[in-house]
Amino acid sequence: MDWQPLMLTFKLAVVTTVILFVISIPIASWLSSTKSKIRPVLETLVSMPLVLPPTVLGFYMLLAFSPENAFGSWLDEWLGIRLIFSFGGLVVASVIYSLPFMVQPIQAGLSSLPSTLKEASFTMGKSYTTTLLKILLPNIKPSLLTGIVLSFAHTVGEFGVVLMIGGNMPGKTKVASIAIYDEVEALNYAAANSYSLILFSVTFIILLLVYLTNGGFFKRYGQ
Amino acid sequence: MINLNLKKTLGSAGGKMDLDLQLIVEKGQFVTLFGESGAGKTSTLRMLSGLLKPDSGTIEVGGTTWFDSCKNIDLKPQQRKVGYVFQDYALFPNMNVRQNLEYALRKGQDKTIIGELLQFAELGPLEQRKPETLSGGQKQRVALARALVQRPEILILDEPLSALDLKMRIKLQEYLLQVHKKFKLTTILVSHDIGEIVKLSDKVFELQNGRVIKKGAAADFFGLNKTSAKFRFSGEILKIHREDVLYVISVLIGNDIIKVVADRTEADEFKIGDQVLVASKAFNPIIQKI
Repeated sequence: MDWQPLMLTFKLAVVTTVILFVISIPIASWLSSTKSKIRPVLETLVSMPLVLPPTVLGFYMLLAFSPENAFGSWLDEWLGIRLIFSFGGLVVASVIYSLPFMVQPIQAGLSSLPSTLKEASFTMGKSYTTTLLKILLPNIKPSLLTGIVLSFAHTVGEFGVVLMIGGNMPGKTKVASIAIYDEVEALNYAAANSYSLILFSVTFIILLLVYLTNGGFFKRYGQ
Repeated sequence: MINLNLKKTLGSAGGKMDLDLQLIVEKGQFVTLFGESGAGKTSTLRMLSGLLKPDSGTIEVGGTTWFDSCKNIDLKPQQRKVGYVFQDYALFPNMNVRQNLEYALRKGQDKTIIGELLQFAELGPLEQRKPETLSGGQKQRVALARALVQRPEILILDEPLSALDLKMRIKLQEYLLQVHKKFKLTTILVSHDIGEIVKLSDKVFELQNGRVIKKGAAADFFGLNKTSAKFRFSGEILKIHREDVLYVISVLIGNDIIKVVADRTEADEFKIGDQVLVASKAFNPIIQKI
């Protein structure tokens, strides 16, 4: 069996999750505390990937990133980045595609904290950033864990977006979900089964660990 | 001296309310804001501490302007030297008692105050405990100690004792008085408990619908100086019950219910829920060990 698609899948998922974690915290904290009128619009945009067919997202990204078009050619000329049919493109697409899975748990966690925690910290002269890092985030660890794991699992399970924007290039953009499709098309059921089984087991174990952790299982029985 | 001149439209439970009040608090005073819920007491405290922005007005503290809508001055809560004790205590759940206090330190501030405060609040044995494992009274003491770490000149207490039982409340009232004197604070308290107010405060402001409707020295405020009683307690009427020609009024004083006999004209004056004063002067009360 060729391990490359699996390695590529997990590499993509790790990179995507790390980027998402970093960018989702400011987005979520802004959404949870703002009274701005554009908040519903931004919330809608963040949640769109939940309901939109991945092919729609992939199609527009394919158009946008294509060197034939303004944005794509600008990226190509000025930054030397070509996002279609490349690993970089997959990362950008996955970040957008999995954004709600990271932002929503963090936003919900922050909103569930009593506002007096934040206010108490302010009256002690602490800035918002200090408050966020020392008080707010440490008190929503389960939400952070949920966000990380859901985004990771969701990226592992991507198919449509990846196929549209990445194509099917071995070693570059051929992730496990596409490899499975490939093997089935070639009637190579044994190989498809090994990929599938591995993805199935890995995602099962990850999700199980999250539920056990957030449910306090390790705290109760771990010692 | 604190000079507040505030205007703000608040969305309260019963629709919109225009808060419009002027308050002057002398340095070193212990002042209580009293009034029904929704009268604007907490909003006033939040505006003083910078957590809520007034629509217009001024806030001056000790000659410095903290807020002035005309001059566009609005100090952030971080810049106002206020110790704030929240009704829900707002202890940080991820930190133990000592860490909660240490978090409040200013940059470069001497750490010795933490030890002093822990000792003063009798929290020494609890310093490694997380807030969730503490009782209400202990949490209250942590919140108060934490508000004092930065040595503020103004201490704000938003119904700090309302969630505690009577015994703990009485103990912490003493403690609040000690803190007020020891740290030479100007203290502003929100409270509904008349006994507590009389015991603690120099001056009382009564708020209703966003305005100050009455102010005065605590004892005068509730008319306690009118009766020269031998003993007196304040409480709440629980029940008014007619027995033949007389009425029996049950009053809750602290944890005890006592019954007072009244005639019809007296009974007509009262209704259930009224705050009343029970006093006696003709007879000496009997005192007995229990």
